[in-house]
Amino acid sequence: MTVRRILVQPVVLAALGVVVIVLVLTAVDDFRSVQLTQMAYLGIAAGGLTVLTGLNGQISLGHGALMAVGAYTTALLLQDDEPMLPLLGVLVVATVVTLVVGAAIGVAAARLHGPYLAGATLALAVAVPGIALYFGDTLGGEQGLRVRVPDAPGWVLDAAYFVTGQDLTPSKYVAFLGWGTLVVAYLGLAHLSRGRVGRRWRAVRDDEVAAEVAGISLGRARVSAFVVSAAAAGAAGFVMALSVRLAAPSGYSLTLSLTLLTAVVLGGLGSLTGALLGAALLTFLPQVVTDAGVSAGLDDIRAAELAPLIYGLVLVAVILLAPAGLSAVSAPRGTGRAGPPRRENPHEHSAQAAAQEVGRHDRRPHLVGPGRRLRRRRPQ
Amino acid sequence: MVLVAACGAGGRSDDDGDGGGGTTVGVTDDSIAIGGTFPLTGVAAPGYSEIPTGAKAYFDFVNAAGGVNGRTIDFTVKDDGYDPTKTSSLTNELVLKDQVFATVGSLGTPTHSAVVDFLNDEEVPDLFVSSGSLGWGDDPESRPMTFGWQPDYEIEGKVIGQYVADNMPDAKVGLFLQDDDFGEDAEKGVRQFVDDQVVDVQRYTSGNTDVGPQIAALQAKKPDIVLAFTTPSYTALAQLTSLTLGFKPQWYVSNVGSDPALVGSLLEKFSEGAVPGDASALNGVMSSEYIPGMDAPDNPWVQLWQKVWDQNGGQGELTNYRIYGMSWAYTFVQALQAAGEDLTREGLVDALEQVGSSLEGPNLAPYRYSEDSHLGISGMELVKLQNGKGEPLTKVLTTDVGDAEIAEDDSGQADDAPPESGIPDVDPVG
Amino acid sequence: MQQFVNTVLGGLTIGMVYAAFALALVLIWRSTRIVNFAQAPMAMVTTFIALQIIEAGHSYWLAFAAALVAGLVLGAVVERVLIRPVEGKAEINAVILTLGLFIVLHALASVVFGNRYRSFPAAFGIRGLEVGDTTIALTGFDIFTILAVLAVMGLLVLLFRFTDLGLRMRAAAFNQEVARLLGVRVGRMLTLGWALASLVGSLAGLLIAGGSLVHPGYMDAVVVYGFVAAVLGGLDSPAGAVVGGLLLGLSLSLVSGYVGSQLVALAALAILMAVLLLRPQGLFSQARERRV
Repeated sequence: MTVRRILVQPVVLAALGVVVIVLVLTAVDDFRSVQLTQMAYLGIAAGGLTVLTGLNGQISLGHGALMAVGAYTTALLLQDDEPMLPLLGVLVVATVVTLVVGAAIGVAAARLHGPYLAGATLALAVAVPGIALYFGDTLGGEQGLRVRVPDAPGWVLDAAYFVTGQDLTPSKYVAFLGWGTLVVAYLGLAHLSRGRVGRRWRAVRDDEVAAEVAGISLGRARVSAFVVSAAAAGAAGFVMALSVRLAAPSGYSLTLSLTLLTAVVLGGLGSLTGALLGAALLTFLPQVVTDAGVSAGLDDIRAAELAPLIYGLVLVAVILLAPAGLSAVSAPRGTGRAGPPRRENPHEHSAQAAAQEVGRHDRRPHLVGPGRRLRRRRPQ
Repeated sequence: MVLVAACGAGGRSDDDGDGGGGTTVGVTDDSIAIGGTFPLTGVAAPGYSEIPTGAKAYFDFVNAAGGVNGRTIDFTVKDDGYDPTKTSSLTNELVLKDQVFATVGSLGTPTHSAVVDFLNDEEVPDLFVSSGSLGWGDDPESRPMTFGWQPDYEIEGKVIGQYVADNMPDAKVGLFLQDDDFGEDAEKGVRQFVDDQVVDVQRYTSGNTDVGPQIAALQAKKPDIVLAFTTPSYTALAQLTSLTLGFKPQWYVSNVGSDPALVGSLLEKFSEGAVPGDASALNGVMSSEYIPGMDAPDNPWVQLWQKVWDQNGGQGELTNYRIYGMSWAYTFVQALQAAGEDLTREGLVDALEQVGSSLEGPNLAPYRYSEDSHLGISGMELVKLQNGKGEPLTKVLTTDVGDAEIAEDDSGQADDAPPESGIPDVDPVG
Repeated sequence: MQQFVNTVLGGLTIGMVYAAFALALVLIWRSTRIVNFAQAPMAMVTTFIALQIIEAGHSYWLAFAAALVAGLVLGAVVERVLIRPVEGKAEINAVILTLGLFIVLHALASVVFGNRYRSFPAAFGIRGLEVGDTTIALTGFDIFTILAVLAVMGLLVLLFRFTDLGLRMRAAAFNQEVARLLGVRVGRMLTLGWALASLVGSLAGLLIAGGSLVHPGYMDAVVVYGFVAAVLGGLDSPAGAVVGGLLLGLSLSLVSGYVGSQLVALAALAILMAVLLLRPQGLFSQARERRV
């Protein structure tokens, strides 16, 4: 892979993406565009998480809580009919506030690993909604803060009409905002992970000792990965707040954090394409599965639980059978070559194939790394 | 290609597109699509999940008789699990995908708060919200499509507040509140009368089932009466915890949380028989009533509901929650009739504003619907529960929000009887 | 004063349950170096099995015993089928696997048992004891809870200290290679460890459910609290888990009663972070240093 290709590829992809987004959002009805917005915010947050977990090896079950920070910031800035900031400004503030919170958490998280990090971020996911309840006067308590989505500016409406030949409904406006945010976020994430910063993240993930010997500060690499990931979660929270028109504790429960983790594992850790694929599955699969359940004779409520059941099963299956995730099977990367066939031992295969495919540092993300082997301590 | 064809299409027009004849989304010549969100699962589900089944039974009853103006009512129920975020996406689905004409009966204060502005922005009639928050009608100017139905929590707070001030002037009052507008509106009403008697306020968060610390804190202040504005599960949890702690004040439980049969059955199971599980579990507890319920089997309205349930109901017995659903379903049919043959969203809202306050129905006190208020039933009577029956402590008292006086109702509303057919017959307006 | 006493008593009782839960986590951690994030839903499933039996009209104690046996079996099956393939692999695999199991069990319980809140009976009286003319917040069921957890701890001590089986289990957890050389069937010991842990978790589930509402998510917060309690005690030390559970139950009850019930989970997070950053080996572990 040449340097030029590395630099050019994401930009080209993004430009193509924009065209596809405009075409799709023009063609679909309002309800689909609401669903597509959901896919966008899950995709943005999953993109951030996949960089953190896949490239840097830190797990976070607290990204739902970080999304809540972005969403509540958005809601606080959009309380009045005449907001004090334009939407773009709100996006920037929401992202920066979450980034700062993420930095604080990242500093603590950098000292933890594996199950300890998982447990601590799990506690974060469970604890954060309580803050909104305790400061109910400012943050709206149980029923949350309503978000007033400002009307699209006149020139946006005119431009949209000019390009698509339709009036821009509020739902579509938010969908465009969401997908615009996604494209920018993915460009940023792709740029970072392909550059020097990304190499450091991977080096720390693969072998701490070697990375330290090579002069990489472990703490700094870990905190920076967490900060970048948190910023993406904040932007996702912004889109979610606009789409749901509400920031309420119940929206940012443990379930959301687990959903995000599911998306990145399904898609294949470390792959942005995979994160988007995972987000798409999480958005569109439930309806299909629920309908199937209902026609199989389950009542609505039980049928609605089939989707999480399938996510969970797939999550377990991916870990046991194909730790590189679904995108390894379905989406060939970069070279245009089809993914190699699965072999008896998927762990070895993915490490070998990855090494051949992209060279020494740009190793394909995989779960079972040569580093991070279990460190067994003797009990006293 | 769409893109090319669309380019250069010129400036867009600012016209909304529907001319002025009114919106008829969801209405065909022979059907009307409506929907609502309810907690069929989760902590608020006990009891409340039965409400839409009652409404559905009544709609089926009306449909079997030919519907309203030849149109059958098609009622879609969505389960939001009392989770505002879910309510938001499900209401999107109802409005944008299922294309309902109106939402009817959607339940819950925190949940409906999440969608009320969306429904008004989309100009979807948002009728008879199953919750007593003030937000469903105290400001029709900003929310022209939204109508409440049951008495709001503020007037319920006012009525019990005045009763306590008049009859127990020296009592120390404790408040046990759900931590949202439900508790907040009620507190506002209560404090109008007994502000100086309140010794402690404790709030619980829906979803956290351990209320021990809150009840212990209340107990420490030794109140003589505790006013609880709780959902049924939390009424049961509070009663149980009080039993554990030996805390025995006089209780007042808000109408929405005081169904003796339901709370009794929850309590019985908790305690494996240590607490009597029949309706006597809430003996001596004060509450309020604004429609006739299961404790008055001879009431003509209850007899109608029994007939409707026997003919069109699903599994289970008729309950107070099903009666509640049937009662607002009855009001909805009245509203459709008043709106006339040419049904539009705007026409429905206008009709309710014009004739709403004079509608006859099971409600003990008249509705307050007008151009200035979309709040529902204007009053209630206070009762003391004994073996599942509410023994009246007061006449039907009517009032309004703010400093409106509390007066005995003289409209004769409580004496209305249902029509022979069980289906209302309201003349179209205009 | 009465409020303080009652809050403390409530905290100690729930603390005993957290202790049992933490103990279950510690048992698994010691043998396989895995934190079982699916512990709570596993206990939830067994509690629902008990509830089904009770609602079918059988006695509480039959249901109680059935739930414990179900826990034992479930633990063994989970270890054999799901955990064995990731043992010794990257830590993150086990974490994601147990979280996947968490989601599966949740959804499965909702499909099979429904998503409603249902009340679960308590075995003994639910009226507080009367001391003089005040009632204190200690019910018959609370006393049963405390005794049941103490009994289980006692039995575990007996098992590990004084039986041959316990010795072999300790050997397998201590060093697999050495144990194997000594003729211990390590795989079987690990399965047994998971089974026992799952049994203790099931007991905690039954005790939390008693006299309260159960639904598929009723144990979710306990995942966090149990983990915090275990880390407080050092994650390696059974005795530490017990003390950690009691301390945590007490602190959280005081926070709920005097600060606000909304902040309970936040308080747990604060305690966890303080321990992890200031004294990572836990309050009671004698390990010199521990990588967290």
